[in-house]
Amino acid sequence: MVTPAIEFRDVSYNIAGTQVLSGLNLQVARGETLVLLGRSGSGKTTALKLVIQLASPTTGEILVNSVSNASTDIIQLRRSVGYVIQEVGLFPHFTVERNIGLVPRIEDWPEDRIRARVRELLDLVGLGSDVALRYPHQLSGGQRQRVGVARALAANPDLLLMDEPFGALDPLTRDELQREFKALQQRLHKTVVFVTHDLCEALRLGSRIALMEAGRLVTVLTPAEFLKSKDPLASAYLRAFDNALESADRSTL
Amino acid sequence: MNVLRFVLENHSQVVELTLEHLWLVGLSTLFAMLIGIPLGVVIAHRPILSKSVLASANIIQTIPSLALFGFLLPMPWLGARADRLAILALTLYALLPIIRNTHTGIRGVDPAVVEAGKGMGLTESQLLFQVELPLAANVILSGVRIAIVISIGLATIAAAIGAGGLGEFIFRGLAMVDNSVILAGAIPAALLALLADFSLGCVERKLRAQ
Repeated sequence: MVTPAIEFRDVSYNIAGTQVLSGLNLQVARGETLVLLGRSGSGKTTALKLVIQLASPTTGEILVNSVSNASTDIIQLRRSVGYVIQEVGLFPHFTVERNIGLVPRIEDWPEDRIRARVRELLDLVGLGSDVALRYPHQLSGGQRQRVGVARALAANPDLLLMDEPFGALDPLTRDELQREFKALQQRLHKTVVFVTHDLCEALRLGSRIALMEAGRLVTVLTPAEFLKSKDPLASAYLRAFDNALESADRSTL
Repeated sequence: MNVLRFVLENHSQVVELTLEHLWLVGLSTLFAMLIGIPLGVVIAHRPILSKSVLASANIIQTIPSLALFGFLLPMPWLGARADRLAILALTLYALLPIIRNTHTGIRGVDPAVVEAGKGMGLTESQLLFQVELPLAANVILSGVRIAIVISIGLATIAAAIGAGGLGEFIFRGLAMVDNSVILAGAIPAALLALLADFSLGCVERKLRAQ
């Protein structure tokens, strides 16, 4: 059997007496896009942070490529994983080029290789090389998010962690980026863990959806299974979505 | 125009005392930066310490300057030379604005940016020197600017313990009941403060624009 890219083994996480995650058992297969779907406070972002040790589990362990996080070099682990967050977290005092080239630069790549890689990545995420010398505040929200993805891909990681990367975008730009992300994923075959609270995004991008609620993993389903699921929480998500469409429908009559 | 005549007649002494004044302020600000910026960084990362450190710096600030000079006078190596004493006292006074602004500046860096940096595998020192300090630079600099302006004024009092500087003229003028001598010390000191404030303000604006 192929070893999973990430494995959560009975992971719990408490902070200040609050149980944020409890008894999480989950495997992420190589090359899949696993979506963590849940409302805010369900523990999905925490689960993501645990993978690169931005927080340490209270009990249990997390294995990345079969190596326990407890016994690994955290800095090296983080550099080998691409991480994209909602607020993008681009460095405001760095140009786009320096933002994207950050990990290669601290890994001591030669300058010309970094420059070539930056151009390649800008092209990959659909940005012209003219943005390379701009600062993040000179970009639109969609452009910033693209730079965030390019930056995460810079050192060619096998694993990408994305925390609501398209959450702050307007619906049209989000749709565009989701489409591009899907196309990109079909070419690159990265292992992706994608956090979202948006059902449509989960169904569209995920090869499997892990549904979370109040710190627990409820179920893991493929998008097709999700649509037919009898699980009360999954049905509740679908119903909420239907309701939105329905009331919009009614108001147009 | 008695001041002008006095300044012209004693121009070499005016220059000398101005340089002395700058020496006192420059060296003490440098020391305060060397202590205050690292301390500000430490307390920004360890909030438990921040209250006690800021409170201590605050208390120092409340000691009247003349009294502080007096307290320090009996100290062994320091008391031997008045300029050492003055530099120590000015350093202590400059600490508060520098520590506080470093603390505020580092804490003010967008948490999303810090988290992204950590998540990408920056070490703590890389995060500090490449992200936190550059982003906090203009706030830290404005603390240094406040410290310098305060120091230029305070340093005039250093003449009371014989440390020199433009305060010499002020105290001499007071003793002689001669306003033009007082002004010969006060006006250059005020001009120095304005000049320092203006030029550091320019640097600060440049940093902010980036």
